[in-house]
Amino acid sequence: MERPAWAPRSIDISVPSVSRIYDYYLGGSHNFEVDREAARKAMEFLPGLPKIMQANRAFMRRAVRFAAAEGITQFLDIGSGIPTFGNVHEVAQAASPGAHVMYVDHDPVAVAHSQAVLAGNETADVVAADLRKPQEILASAEVQRLIDVNRPVALLLVAILHFVEDTDDPYGAVAQLREALAPGSLLILTHASYEGIPLPPERAEGAVDVYKDIRNPLIMRSREEIARFFEGYDMVEPGLVPMPEWRPDTVLEDEDPYSFSGFAGVGRTA
Amino acid sequence: MIAEPDGPEGRLRRFATIWSRAVFPATSTSLTRPEFEELLLPLARRLSEALRARNFEAAEGKAVGAALVAAHCTDPDALTHTLECVDAYLVLYCGGDGSQEDLRIRSARLQHAMAAGFAQELRERTLAEQEAISVAALQAQGVVAQALHATEARFRAVFEGAAIGIGMADLDGNILQVNGALLRMFGINDQTMSGRNVREWTHPDDAPQTWTLYDELVRGEREHYHVEKAFYRPDGTVLWTNLTVSLLRDADGNPQYQLALMEDTTERRLLNLRLRYEATHDALTGLPNRTLFFERLEKALGAGNNQRFGLCYLDLDGFKTINDSLGHAAGDRLLVEVADRLQSCATAPGEMVARLGGDEFVALTTGPDTEREVDELAGRIMNALITPVSIDGRDLTVRGSIGIVEGPAGERGPAEVLRSADITMYRAKSAGGNRFELADPEADARAITRHGLTTALPAALDRNEFFIEYQPLVHLGDGTVRGAEALVRWLHPQHGVLGPDRFIPLAEHTGLIVPLGRWVLEQSVRQARAWRESYGDGVPLRINVNLSPCQLTHPGLVQDTVDILERTGVAPDALCLEVTESALIGADDDLLKPLRQLAEMGVDIALDDFGTGYSNLANLRRLPVSILKLDRSFTQSMQQFPADPVDLKIVEGIVSLAHSLNLTVTVEGVETGAQAEQLRILGCDTAQGWYYARPGPPDRLHDLALVDATG
Repeated sequence: MERPAWAPRSIDISVPSVSRIYDYYLGGSHNFEVDREAARKAMEFLPGLPKIMQANRAFMRRAVRFAAAEGITQFLDIGSGIPTFGNVHEVAQAASPGAHVMYVDHDPVAVAHSQAVLAGNETADVVAADLRKPQEILASAEVQRLIDVNRPVALLLVAILHFVEDTDDPYGAVAQLREALAPGSLLILTHASYEGIPLPPERAEGAVDVYKDIRNPLIMRSREEIARFFEGYDMVEPGLVPMPEWRPDTVLEDEDPYSFSGFAGVGRTA
Repeated sequence: MIAEPDGPEGRLRRFATIWSRAVFPATSTSLTRPEFEELLLPLARRLSEALRARNFEAAEGKAVGAALVAAHCTDPDALTHTLECVDAYLVLYCGGDGSQEDLRIRSARLQHAMAAGFAQELRERTLAEQEAISVAALQAQGVVAQALHATEARFRAVFEGAAIGIGMADLDGNILQVNGALLRMFGINDQTMSGRNVREWTHPDDAPQTWTLYDELVRGEREHYHVEKAFYRPDGTVLWTNLTVSLLRDADGNPQYQLALMEDTTERRLLNLRLRYEATHDALTGLPNRTLFFERLEKALGAGNNQRFGLCYLDLDGFKTINDSLGHAAGDRLLVEVADRLQSCATAPGEMVARLGGDEFVALTTGPDTEREVDELAGRIMNALITPVSIDGRDLTVRGSIGIVEGPAGERGPAEVLRSADITMYRAKSAGGNRFELADPEADARAITRHGLTTALPAALDRNEFFIEYQPLVHLGDGTVRGAEALVRWLHPQHGVLGPDRFIPLAEHTGLIVPLGRWVLEQSVRQARAWRESYGDGVPLRINVNLSPCQLTHPGLVQDTVDILERTGVAPDALCLEVTESALIGADDDLLKPLRQLAEMGVDIALDDFGTGYSNLANLRRLPVSILKLDRSFTQSMQQFPADPVDLKIVEGIVSLAHSLNLTVTVEGVETGAQAEQLRILGCDTAQGWYYARPGPPDRLHDLALVDATG
C-alpha cells in the first residue's frame, strides 16, 4: 500500500544507514554498532573503502572551491549525509563568505544531526527530501528560502546517484533538476563504478552485496552510463575522470590506489 | 620567511614533512598532504619548543596529541606513526645542542603525554559524536513520533467523526473496536458491543453468499466484499446496511484484521419498499398493477418443465355507459367492488388478480393443473359478477367478457400471451359479451393479420399500393354501358391483391378511410374525365364511388368533392356517390345535410345494398337519393330457372315503389342472360355483374363501350 505523504516512515536505528556507514569510513563516531558491522563487512571485501570516501571528500572540496572561484554563491547538496568535517558549507563559506548552502537528505537522523550542526548558521539549512522526487525538493520551503533558481546553482550529487536504482529513474531526476536551475549552474557529481577499483570485480561485488543486504543497493555504473548524467551539460576540464585526477592540488603519487575507484566530474549548463 | 635548510627553522620543517608523510595515509582528512603538513607545522613547533624549554612541561605533549584528533587523525595508526616519528626524529631535528640524554628523556615524556592527550581527546570526541548522533536519532524519532501522533489523532477523528459505521474485528470475528456511528445505528453502547463476535450477526434475510464471502475474506482469499445486510438491533427492530468488509494485512502481507464499513440504509429501504409497492399496485383498487402482473406472468412463463399457466383477461361489458351516465366516482366504486370480488376468486397459492387499467382485469393461475383450474377460475369470476353491485342505492348489473389463454410454460412470451388473451376477450365481447372464450390460434392469427394490415395501411397509401378497378353499369333496356363503379384494391407486398372487404373496415377504424376515400374519389373522377375525352359527346359515362360511413360524417366531404370536380373539370352529374343503407339508418338532418348539398349540385346519390338492412321504405322519401341499388341477395335466386315467384314479387314491388318515388333501380350480381332478361322485365333500369364484366382496369371498360357503340 502506498504510504500517505503525511505519514512519516518510522525510524529504525537497528537498520544500518548509508550516511552513518559513510561517517564510520571517515573515522567518525556518528554511527551505531549496526552501521559499523555493515561497514566492517564491506571493508572485508574492499579494505580501501575509507580511501574512496576520503577521495570523494577531497574532490568535493576542490569542486566547491572551483565553483566559488567561478562566482557561484548557491550550493544545493543532495545526499549530504552526516556532516563531519570539511563540509560543503565550511568550504563554500570560507571561499565565498555568505554563500548559501542547502543540504538535502532523506535520512531523518542525518537531517536531525545536520540541523544541530547548522544551528545558528543563517545561510545554511537542511531539508528532509528525496532525490527521486526532485519537485518536492525544489518546492520545499527551505529550498525556496535559500536557493534562487534564477541564478546559477552548484548542484552536488556526490556519492548519491549510485544509491538510486534505474527503476527510480535517476536520469529523469537529474534532468528535472537541470531544467529547474538557471543557465550557468554546475553539476558536481561522483559515482561508484567497478572501473578503477584496484581489485578484481568479484571481490568488489562482495561489498556491493553488503549494501544489497542492508536494502540500500549500491548500483555500480560504467563510465559511459555515468557520463549520461551530464546530458545537457558542458563538461568542465578535465571531464569525467577518477576522483584524484580532477584538478589535483598535489602530485598524484601521494594518492592511495583505491581513491581512483569510480568517477568524478563537473558540468556546466549553457 | 625562508628558512635556512640547515637552520633550526629548516630542520623543524623537515621534521614536520617527515611527520606528515608518516601520518597522512592514516588520516581521513580531506586536506592535501602539503595542507596537512602546514597543519602539523605549529604542532611540531610546540613539541620542539617543549623539548628545549627551560622548565619542561609534559602537558604540551598532551595538547599536541589532542590537536591530532582535532585534525581528524582518529585512526590509532595515526598515533603510532606519530610516536614513531617523534621518537626517531624530534631530538634529531629539534634537539639543538642540549644533553642527548636529557633530550631523550624529555622526548619520551612528551610521547607519553601525547598518547594520553590523543586518547583523552579521542575519547571525548567519540563520546561527543555518539551523544550527537543519539540525540539526532532521538530527535528524528521524536519528529516521527509526533507526526505519528498527529496522524493517529487525525485517524481517531476520522474514526469517531465518520458518518458511516466503522468496526474492526480480528480474524476470529471478535470485535475489537467500533465507532460512535456504528453504535448509534445499532442503538447500543460500547459495553454491549465489546466481546461480541461478528458471527453472531446472522439474519434470516442474509443473502446466501454473505457468509461464504465472509469466510473467504478471513481466510485471506478475498480482499473485500460488499453486501446488503440486515442486523437485529437489541430492541428487536431490523437495521439494514450497505456493508463493505475489507481485509487488513500486516506489513508482511499476512491477514491481520477485518474492517467493516456500514451505511444505514433502513430508511431508504423502507422508502424503496413503499415506492416499489406504489409502482406495482393500482392506487384505486389496491390490486397489483400491470407492472407487477407482467413480472409474475414472465416468471410463470419462464417456469420449468411441467409448469403451466392460465390467464383470464376480463373486460367489463358496458362499463363506459356506467361511467358516462353515473359519473366517474360511481364508476370507480364499481371497479373497487369488482376488484374485491375478483380478489376473492383467486386466493390459492400461484393465483393472482391484477388491474391492467380502466375496466380491464386479469387473473393468473400457475402450476401443473391450470388446464382445469383456469376454467374454474373463469367460472368463479363470472359467478362473482352475478350479484348486482349496489351504488348509491342503485343495483347495477355487472357483466364481463373473459378471454382465456392456457398453456405450458416456456413457449410464449408475456406480450404474446396477453395479446392472445386480449383478442380472445374481444371475441367473447363480439359474441355478445357476458361469457368466456378460450383462445384459438386461428382466431388469433386472423386478428394478428388484421392488426398487421391496419398498421401497414398508412404507408400503403404513401407507397401507392392501392389501385382501382371498374365494373361497368349497363342499361338493361338497350344494353349500353352507362358508367362504372369504382372498386378499390390493395396490392399488398406480402398478401397480394386484397379486396375492400379486407381493409376498408380497418381504414374506417383508424380514420385512414378519409384520405383513402379522397384518393379513390379523385382517381375515379379523373378516369371519368378520361372516358369523356375518349368518347366525345355520346352517352355520358358516369362514375360510381362508394362513400363509407366515416366519410359521410367527415366535415370536408362536400368541399373535397367540389374541389376534385373543379380541378378535373368534370360535371357533377358524372358522379354518383354510393352510400349504404345501414349508414343512413337513423340519420338525422345534420348527417343528411352534406348529401343534400351534393345532390343539389347535381351529384347522384345511390342507396347501396338496399334490402339488407331495415329497408325502411317510409324513410326513403326524406333521403336525397336518386338511385336504389338492390342487394345481390335478390338477384341470386333468379339464377335458377324458374325463379322463385315470391322473390320476383318482392323485386317487382320494390321497383314499382322506387319508380313511384322517381328513383332509378340498379341491380348487382347479374351473372346470366336469363337473370338479366328477368330483371329487365321486372323494370330494373341498370345492372352490373359478371354477366357483363368483372371489375377490371379502365381500358376494359373502354373495350366494352366501343363494342357497345359499334354494336
